[in-house]
Amino acid sequence: MSTSTETHILTTPGGGPTLRSPIDWKFPIVYGVLALVTLLLFGLFGGTGGKSTTFSFAAGTDLFGIPPLTVSAMATTVAVGIVLVAMAAVATWLAVKREKIGIWFPILFGVLFLFAFLTWAGAGNGHIPLTPLLAGALALSVPLIFGAMCGLVGERSGVINIAIEGQLLAGAFLAAVVASAVKNPYAGLIAAPFAGALVAVVLSFFAIRYWVDQIIIGVVLNVLVVGVTSFLFSTVLTQNPELWNARQALPVIPIPLLGDIPVLGPVLFRQSILVYIMYVVVAVLYVALFHSKWGLRTRAIGEHPKAADTVGIPVNRNRVINVLIAGAIAGLGGAFFTVGSGLAFGKEMSAGQGFIALAAMILGKWNPLGAVFAALLFGFARNLGNTLSTMGTPVPGDLLLMLPYIVTIFAVAGFVGRVRAPAANGKAYAKQ
Amino acid sequence: MKLELRGITKRFGSFTANDSIDLVVEPGEIHALLGENGAGKSTLMNTLYGLYAPEEGEILIDDRPVAFSGPGDAVSAGIGMVHQHFMLVPVFTVAESVALGYEPTKSGALLDLGEARRKVTEISARFGFHIDPDAVIEDLPVGAQQRVEIIKALSRDAKILILDEPTAVLTPQETDELIEIMRQLKAGGTSIVFITHKLREVRAIADGITVIRRGKVVGEASPESSESELAGLMVGRDVHLTTDKTDADPGEATFSVRGLTVVDKSESVVVSDVSLDVRRGEILAIAGVDGNGQSELAEAIVGLVEPRSGTISLDGDDLAGLSVKERLRKGIGFVPEDRSTDGVIASFTISENMILDLYDQPPYAKGLSLQPAVVRSEAEEKVSEFDIRLTSIDDPISTLSGGNQQKVVLSRELGRPLRLLVASQPTRGLDVGSIEFVHKRIIAERDSGTPCVIVSTELDEVFNIADRIAVMYRGRIVGVVPADTPRDVLGLMMAGVPEDEALARVEDGSAATEISAAEEDPA
Repeated sequence: MSTSTETHILTTPGGGPTLRSPIDWKFPIVYGVLALVTLLLFGLFGGTGGKSTTFSFAAGTDLFGIPPLTVSAMATTVAVGIVLVAMAAVATWLAVKREKIGIWFPILFGVLFLFAFLTWAGAGNGHIPLTPLLAGALALSVPLIFGAMCGLVGERSGVINIAIEGQLLAGAFLAAVVASAVKNPYAGLIAAPFAGALVAVVLSFFAIRYWVDQIIIGVVLNVLVVGVTSFLFSTVLTQNPELWNARQALPVIPIPLLGDIPVLGPVLFRQSILVYIMYVVVAVLYVALFHSKWGLRTRAIGEHPKAADTVGIPVNRNRVINVLIAGAIAGLGGAFFTVGSGLAFGKEMSAGQGFIALAAMILGKWNPLGAVFAALLFGFARNLGNTLSTMGTPVPGDLLLMLPYIVTIFAVAGFVGRVRAPAANGKAYAKQ
Repeated sequence: MKLELRGITKRFGSFTANDSIDLVVEPGEIHALLGENGAGKSTLMNTLYGLYAPEEGEILIDDRPVAFSGPGDAVSAGIGMVHQHFMLVPVFTVAESVALGYEPTKSGALLDLGEARRKVTEISARFGFHIDPDAVIEDLPVGAQQRVEIIKALSRDAKILILDEPTAVLTPQETDELIEIMRQLKAGGTSIVFITHKLREVRAIADGITVIRRGKVVGEASPESSESELAGLMVGRDVHLTTDKTDADPGEATFSVRGLTVVDKSESVVVSDVSLDVRRGEILAIAGVDGNGQSELAEAIVGLVEPRSGTISLDGDDLAGLSVKERLRKGIGFVPEDRSTDGVIASFTISENMILDLYDQPPYAKGLSLQPAVVRSEAEEKVSEFDIRLTSIDDPISTLSGGNQQKVVLSRELGRPLRLLVASQPTRGLDVGSIEFVHKRIIAERDSGTPCVIVSTELDEVFNIADRIAVMYRGRIVGVVPADTPRDVLGLMMAGVPEDEALARVEDGSAATEISAAEEDPA
């Protein structure tokens, strides 16, 4: 999952005696356990003797078809298991030598492990539909990615935003209501950012103007949004659902050519406009944060607001602007729950995704691309759980649904190496 | 450009930090603003820089009144400031730091870092700064960070440069380099306001001196004034710049450190293979520029950080594995470096602060209960013994001045029989009177036979109280030298030059520093 096999030989300045840092056993152990699980649990004692697993790729309209891949379950898992054991051995050897491994290593390991796991889980249960698996993963990631971008813009400028959950929910609510009232899903899409920004107005008012603890105000806002939307849902929306809460769905807009690439095409380029907007938001944020005047100032007020102040940057005004932009992004992401998925609004339908988005931001080390990667990982784990539990695999579905949260706990606990938050994160800035 | 301040008054609540201050800085002049810590120098400069709004008074530039609503206005009026605590974002590169706030852009909103790099290279070359525009700030040594601050100011065409305590973090040699830079700037027509409390530097560089005491201008002085004249003006009475002390009468070495290595959180070595012996009845001063591992060494002795390797022993007992509390019980007294965060609990009363480490010991505690009567009577006794100026021992300690807070800390740490005293920066931020008192108490503790380890970054303090001096540089002990070692030798050692080489270089005259030359001028 990460490359934090950072170990190095410490050299004392001035050529004193060298001191070796302790061997980092964390990753060799994890690799070893996973490799053994693959070899023994999925392979030798997986109960898959004689069964086979089929992976299907095609989605009908591809440029060219890829025939389904059928493998013998036991032979495959044992073979992959042996490869993984060898990789774990290499990782151990490198750890003892205190050498670094590139990012490709954990990714390759993860992909192989996943392949073995799917082979084992799908043995004798028909076929594993790869394209829907990935497409579902992206769908579940969309609100996470929007939420993580919201958190990132806020925290890079020094304001912790726990209210992402509430902003997603508010966005979902307003998108559903406006789209239903106007009978146009695009109207909902336009309305959603305002809902998120409205929550951000309250957040910035208390957090930046009155220095209220940012965590507390964020938690309170979440509860407030749940309360308001649930109240309106049970009163206005349920009394006249045709007017206020009728389903409206954003149409899928396939992109010519790109949408016909096998597997990736349907996953990435046969989506609604909301997903395309997401690609743009991520790309723009990445460029803006690291290569624009706005980004330089944003990072400065999140790291050392006083330094920014002494060169005449209005710290608090910039923070307010950024928190509002961030809120609008999260509100837009919330629209995915309703108009983006063609669903009506339901009570508390954001279901904790705002918090997972925060975790994705941290796991992605406050970098837009890292956060997207982390959000996709969470989305994939969740969709895998859903898919496997409907397929009737030997693993209990509830256990699989816990997977993303277990990953989150490890990730946030710093397992991926030292993660450095913006230095002034969560600290209100006041001039003397 | 000529700068004039007329009747500047700045109040914080009922406290008047600046009381109708007048100051004139002529074009191309290096003007020193001299005063003790807390005299109001920084407040005045922050007011000039637009960070504070003054209650009264006006600022004139080239005889025209100006009003600043923020630092941006001050910068566009041609004022640049190098703050005592650098205003640099640690994770930024030099180019980004210089660009911040005045970003060159290309094609819309995109940053033109190439332009910022060119600017850094150009100014850096003009003054011989050797600054790489792509270096990350946190990787640069302090002296280089300071030069980045100067580049920042110059890149915005500063005509008046304010340097707030610029030498506090520098070695004597780096201070010389800074003085050279100041001369170059002056030659280029830049006026400089140089804020300091170090008399030697003022005499070395200033063209004019304004002395501030308790928020008021108490006089102008010329650089020809003697150090004791300046000190008298600054403090308001005659001061003895040195503390009288008898020669040490050291006994056997009871405290020793062997091969101590400490590694910090980011896995870099901060204390490297340090070995020391301290004898009963002597003061070993640990000299060095801030951030060379002295603080960590002191913390390792007290048990606040776990060393990676090495042993620490007191009276023959190995201290390894003992908690801080157990070490204090063994008779270690510790005066921490940062009084306000580690020395006292600001909201606790003075008497409570006096028993922070003794609250569960007799006579202050009996079983589970505290003995308030004993706590009070002991506190009253210490107040008179240590001459602590206060209204009531039941007031929060935050109501006391820094000097009196430090006396409370000392009364706590010295108020029990000690077998070792460790004091980190015991006089940082104190007024001259309190410094004298603290030094006397430490010397008294030495005379009672306690081995003392005093960490100090102020060379004056080191010379004042040390019997032997250990110089630290980048975590290593460069050498342990006698207290009468010349200042220049110590300065070179603080920059990592070994003792023999430093001695040789000073003897052949290739390393005499300007500030020590200033010292030798007949006053």
